[in-house]
Amino acid sequence: MIINHPLLGPRDSAEFTYMGDAKLIDRPDWQAPEALAQFIDYGYMRDNPDGAHRELWYHEQGDRSFLVVTRDTTTHEIFAVELARDVARSRGQSR
Amino acid sequence: MRYSALRVIKEALTGHKGWTPAWRDVAPQAHYDYIVIGGGGHGLATAYYLARDHGAKKVAVLEKGWIGGGNVGRNTTIIRSNYLLDGNEPFYEHSLKLWEGLEQDLNYNAMVSQRGILNLIHSDAQRDAFTRRGNAMILNGADADLLSTQTIQKRYPFINVDNARFPIKGGLAQHRGGTVRHDAVAWGYARAADQLGVDIIQNCEVTGFRIQGGTCLGVETSRGYIAGGKIAACVAGSSGRLMSKAGMRLPIESHVLQAFVSEGLKPVLPGVITFGAGHFYCSQSDKGGLVFGGDIDGYNSYAQRGNLPVVEDVCEGAMAIFPMLGRVRLLRMWGGIMDMSMDGSPIIDRTHIDGLYFNGGWCYGGFKATPASGWCYAHLLARDTPHEFAKAYRFDRFEKGQMIDEKGVGNNPQLH
Ligand SMILES: Cc1cc2nc3c(=O)[nH]c(=O)nc-3n(C[C@H](O)[C@H](O)[C@H](O)COP(=O)(O)OP(=O)(O)OC[C@H]3O[C@@H](n4cnc5c(N)ncnc54)[C@H](O)[C@@H]3O)c2cc1C
Repeated sequence: MIINHPLLGPRDSAEFTYMGDAKLIDRPDWQAPEALAQFIDYGYMRDNPDGAHRELWYHEQGDRSFLVVTRDTTTHEIFAVELARDVARSRGQSR
Repeated sequence: MRYSALRVIKEALTGHKGWTPAWRDVAPQAHYDYIVIGGGGHGLATAYYLARDHGAKKVAVLEKGWIGGGNVGRNTTIIRSNYLLDGNEPFYEHSLKLWEGLEQDLNYNAMVSQRGILNLIHSDAQRDAFTRRGNAMILNGADADLLSTQTIQKRYPFINVDNARFPIKGGLAQHRGGTVRHDAVAWGYARAADQLGVDIIQNCEVTGFRIQGGTCLGVETSRGYIAGGKIAACVAGSSGRLMSKAGMRLPIESHVLQAFVSEGLKPVLPGVITFGAGHFYCSQSDKGGLVFGGDIDGYNSYAQRGNLPVVEDVCEGAMAIFPMLGRVRLLRMWGGIMDMSMDGSPIIDRTHIDGLYFNGGWCYGGFKATPASGWCYAHLLARDTPHEFAKAYRFDRFEKGQMIDEKGVGNNPQLH
């Protein structure tokens, strides 16, 4: 698989480490009243869809950025690649 | 029809005209007491033990494709019971005992071959861990044998014990482990279940569940609605996709695992050998091909094919311990979809929906579990209480902090 890195251009997926569902960006607030249930969900439960999946890839053998890749889990086709930083910021996080 | 040597001789002399299909091809009925979704090894074993041991009369197995087309016909066929933890070891040891009597039970030659499995050790820390595991196995009534480097070199002269990076410091052997012809397991269970009246319905995909007031009443399928008393999901790698139709999320990710077979060779490899420094396991089939595999590709996938980086990684593992394989040509490679659970251990449990049960999370070690999985799932379905050997395989173990985490590395959907 080739991942089209927003800064570096097309890179071999073997340079990356797969980190799972991009929902892991939304780490629950540990002080929220439902924090326990939220963390159980965050730590263990997954949507695991067939079809388009937003997921985190870490460019470990490259510039060490995290990417959010939208990929079809039935064909391995990649539709979009974003910097995880940009995605997190657009969701109101500081970084 | 009973199979026997006499029968084979008789058929040979009469032009093989007397053989009948191993199971009936039936159309689905409107209602069953038990509907098992998924005609893999686990689903077929479940139906067989339901009918044989629990007197279940109206049982159906619904398979979206054909019997044996899933992981049961794609795996590297290794059976063993070399686990560490109490939640696992009695279950897998029960499974190994069932394998030992399987062919007589089913009247089917599944080519169960207890040629032994050897896990290689490459460091002192690994020797400590394997010694502990061996002791846990013995405490649970399994067999385990710690071999020295000298013994290994004598028994397997082709192994490179002096690899500069991964010298071999010994090995943990389970002599009762081995291999089984995988698709014969599916066929054998299918035939035996059919003889007990189980309807095996192929080309019948479950597309939805009919759930009313918190109770599952039946399933929508590509061959129409089928009502059921108890519905038993058993679809391995498709667990996420299927259970989402009942509105459930699971502690499971689906990943692809590849396997490989080489051209046929004269006998070169006695037993199953696993590399302890990388991820590589290998045995030789009775036809002569070397059957081997390694790690999952490592990203969510429902595509039954993998990518090249893992092929390279597996072949490097092979070369590290068996330099003799350098000139061997690869014949075929393929992939299967694994239900990777968050602690590497399976789930056999009720769901929060009445009448709907779940069996999955087998990661890539579920073939060896086939008999015990069917045995314990049938018990749960018939009696609504977990079987003694599967009582740790609960959904709520994650939230309760009772993960069955063989490696002790915490939650991660890439364990097995
Ligand atoms: C490459 C590879 C190597 C492996 N090596 C080993 C090994 O050496 N040792 C070991 O112990 N294990 C091994 N495994 C794991 C083992 O094969 C699986 O854990 C086990 O086979 C899963 O159970 P099953 O046989 O019931 O699955 P499957 O055979 O996959 O059965 C599930 C069935 O459900 C059907 N299905 C899915 N969705 C639906 C639906 N909606 N409606 C109806 N039917 C449906 C599928 O078509 C399939 O036939 C390996 C797996 C792979 C892929």
